[in-house]
Amino acid sequence: MDQLLQHLVNGLVLGGTYALLGIGLTLIFGLMSVVNFAHGEFYTLGAYAAFATLALAGLPFFVALLAAIAAGAALGALTERALLRPLRGHSIDTIMLVMIGVWIVMQNAELLAWGGVARSIPHPFPTAPLSLGPLNIAPLRLFVVVTAAVLIVLAWLAIQKTRLGTAMRATFQDRETAALMGVPIARIHTITFAFGSALAAAAGALLGPVFLAYPSMGDLASLKAFSVVILGGLGNFAGATLGGLLLGVAEELGAGYISSGYRDAVGFVAIILVLLFRPAGLFARAERIG
Amino acid sequence: MLIVEDLRVEFGGVVALAGISFRVQAGTITSLIGPNGAGKTTAFNAITGYLRPSHGRVAWEGQPLDGRRPCDIARHGVVRTFQRTSVFPALSVFDNVRTGLHLRGSTGLWSVLAGTARARAEEAWLAAAADDVLAFVGLTHRRDERAGALPYGEQRLVELAVALAARPRLLLLDEPAAGMTGAEKERLVALIRKIRGGDVTVFVVEHDMRLVMGLSETVIVLNNGRVIAEGVPAEIRAHPEVIRAYLGSADALA
Amino acid sequence: MIARAGLALGAVAAVTAPWWVANPYHLHVLIMAGVFTILALSLNLLLGYTGQLSLGHAAFFGIGAYTSALLSLPPLQWSFWLALPAAALASGLAGWGIGRLALKLRGAYFVLVTISFAGVISLVSINWMELTNGPLGLPGVPPPSLGPWTLRTKSAYWYLVLATAALAYFVCHRLVGSRIGRAFVALRENEPLAESVGIDGTRYLVLAAVISAAMAGVGGSLYAHYTRFVSPEVFLFSYTVTMVIMVIAGGQGTLAGPVVGALLFTALPEALREAMAWQWQMLAYGVILIVCVFFLPRGIVPAIVATTRRTDRAAGGPPEMRSGSVGLFKKRRGSDSRS
Repeated sequence: MDQLLQHLVNGLVLGGTYALLGIGLTLIFGLMSVVNFAHGEFYTLGAYAAFATLALAGLPFFVALLAAIAAGAALGALTERALLRPLRGHSIDTIMLVMIGVWIVMQNAELLAWGGVARSIPHPFPTAPLSLGPLNIAPLRLFVVVTAAVLIVLAWLAIQKTRLGTAMRATFQDRETAALMGVPIARIHTITFAFGSALAAAAGALLGPVFLAYPSMGDLASLKAFSVVILGGLGNFAGATLGGLLLGVAEELGAGYISSGYRDAVGFVAIILVLLFRPAGLFARAERIG
Repeated sequence: MLIVEDLRVEFGGVVALAGISFRVQAGTITSLIGPNGAGKTTAFNAITGYLRPSHGRVAWEGQPLDGRRPCDIARHGVVRTFQRTSVFPALSVFDNVRTGLHLRGSTGLWSVLAGTARARAEEAWLAAAADDVLAFVGLTHRRDERAGALPYGEQRLVELAVALAARPRLLLLDEPAAGMTGAEKERLVALIRKIRGGDVTVFVVEHDMRLVMGLSETVIVLNNGRVIAEGVPAEIRAHPEVIRAYLGSADALA
Repeated sequence: MIARAGLALGAVAAVTAPWWVANPYHLHVLIMAGVFTILALSLNLLLGYTGQLSLGHAAFFGIGAYTSALLSLPPLQWSFWLALPAAALASGLAGWGIGRLALKLRGAYFVLVTISFAGVISLVSINWMELTNGPLGLPGVPPPSLGPWTLRTKSAYWYLVLATAALAYFVCHRLVGSRIGRAFVALRENEPLAESVGIDGTRYLVLAAVISAAMAGVGGSLYAHYTRFVSPEVFLFSYTVTMVIMVIAGGQGTLAGPVVGALLFTALPEALREAMAWQWQMLAYGVILIVCVFFLPRGIVPAIVATTRRTDRAAGGPPEMRSGSVGLFKKRRGSDSRS
């Protein structure tokens, strides 16, 4: 029983960051209909930004997180402005191909910049695990899950309660009316993409120190993000959150009870099964953002 | 004869067709009219397999059509055109029609790969048949042009040619005259009569009342997902419920 | 006219390659180009003609490689000439599975499923040690042999690859010019319309997927018996990416496009090998892909055809001269109305 609880806790830690990844992508894929295969690269960007801040500049963890978010937002905005805006209205295939191109460019840029050797990201937390009753949790992981939760809540508030968030939801629900109401559509698209990419970068900054940073870490992250979006339903914030947690827990349980080698297969299998049997997502009846 | 019995189509809570029933006699030109949103295209979609009805029966020449896929329904000789222009835009007009001839060929994978004499003969025959269809609708002069580049009226002719190539015995036309000029409409009417003359049953959805009344032998009227009248044009024109359904709508009765 | 002459010259050059290609390494590059031509042609069937982007194509390649290797190694020790068709069969079966999935899914979802499928297969090849020997791979895959002769030399293998590539091209050519090819294109251009004239989307998508996968499996088998070593690396996503770029940059929906793309993107890395590291090349691939999408959306071959057509017209060349000679390069999107 203790083992099970332990797995669940670890699963929630992973799941919290998967949720961040998933929310970011559900905004981009679900609302903007951009098949963003480069989403995982923003995750990688976040991890390396954290690495640079912590290992090279020696700044506090909080700053590292902010740096990652800033980097993700900036590069996301640039990508949208330079590549996606000119292609608006083109087929989803065209956009998919461009994002595959961005994926390749970003990953190899990371490879060239940081080398292929995995980097360990230093963190300020003590390594001795905390004991909460029958559970053990490393302080770092506790920080990760709490921060992820906070970020998820902040993201939700931003989308639901701010004017910007309302403008976003309006744009993707009915573009023409939003435009008539004076919403700057083009800018909203850029902001949405930046927002989603920033969330991915945050996820990278959080999980990077838990594992390692290496240039191809984004590949699996992208696919797991898609998995979460598909599980939760396109454009569905709550669905992405739940989907992320579900995926994290499923991976941990699978790794613990079945085999750790196939851990990453959980996300793949989830994609295949959900798309075959419940393409609208597991939580199809929940509210969409837009 | 096309038999539609108690056809019901629902989307979530919305009832698009509330159990319609009618018959279309073979060898006639029958029209389906009604105000916008009456359910005409929905009916077409349900009859030709693009929508799954929640209830009801559709049969053509004794063969049940409900629950079947569009490609199977086409094999039974029932072909439809679409409300919005539907061609293969990047293909030439000739290739569009040749694609429509798909069911008329039968060469399988291995014959294709082996390049048998029979396969080659069939290709030649199909090319000739495509030219025949083009001549029938009067598009021979556009044979090698890209279908997507043609003016609107001619694109609709291509659409018709593609449907005809499939050798339908029941042809469902969804608003074929939409957006056409007066002259184009006259050509269309002549063409439809020519098609019917070739022993094809034509079932048309249209908004142009003059065209409908002048062309059809039978008119069926739909409103709010129900059949409200069925009869010859003269009856329909004077039918009180039909007049009421159209009062206030942009379609004026001729 | 020029195109015909060019092709003849190319054919002669290809057949006599072992004589004039001095450096054995260059012959190796040509052999790899041949294998990738087969792969690119196979992906083009799915991507260019039926319009389904499959990003799991390396899975078919890998399944073919592993099947052929496992069958020809002890304890089974099948002949290459049996292992190859078996590899095609195994990949074809996988293609059948993917094809049936395509029924329900389109666009991005189909892409995701193909990636997931490739991901699962990749993980299986890494983890199922008993079957695949995991990351260590399967060394010692025997070269093809026919009676007393064994195809050990590069020259001999080149002819095998050349013949297979020509066969693959021939199959695509026959398909594309047939009723079946028209059905593929119709499904890509306007599926509801295609269905309305009796084209069975299910049947043709599955057919395209099966043929495409089987062809890729053949490529995998050729690869396995040439490099004589198969490891989970055959499932690397970078292989799929390379194939996709070959098809898209070369010209999807044409027959010459994938060939040109394969030659270009096998030769290019080799030519650049001295000048830049592999990461820079992959980076360049990414940039090329983006540039292609923006400026050459149909690919290189159609762009060349369009330019020659313009110059022909400007020079007042008679139309008949144009249509006959560039048959190979014409985009199969309907410009060729005479079979």
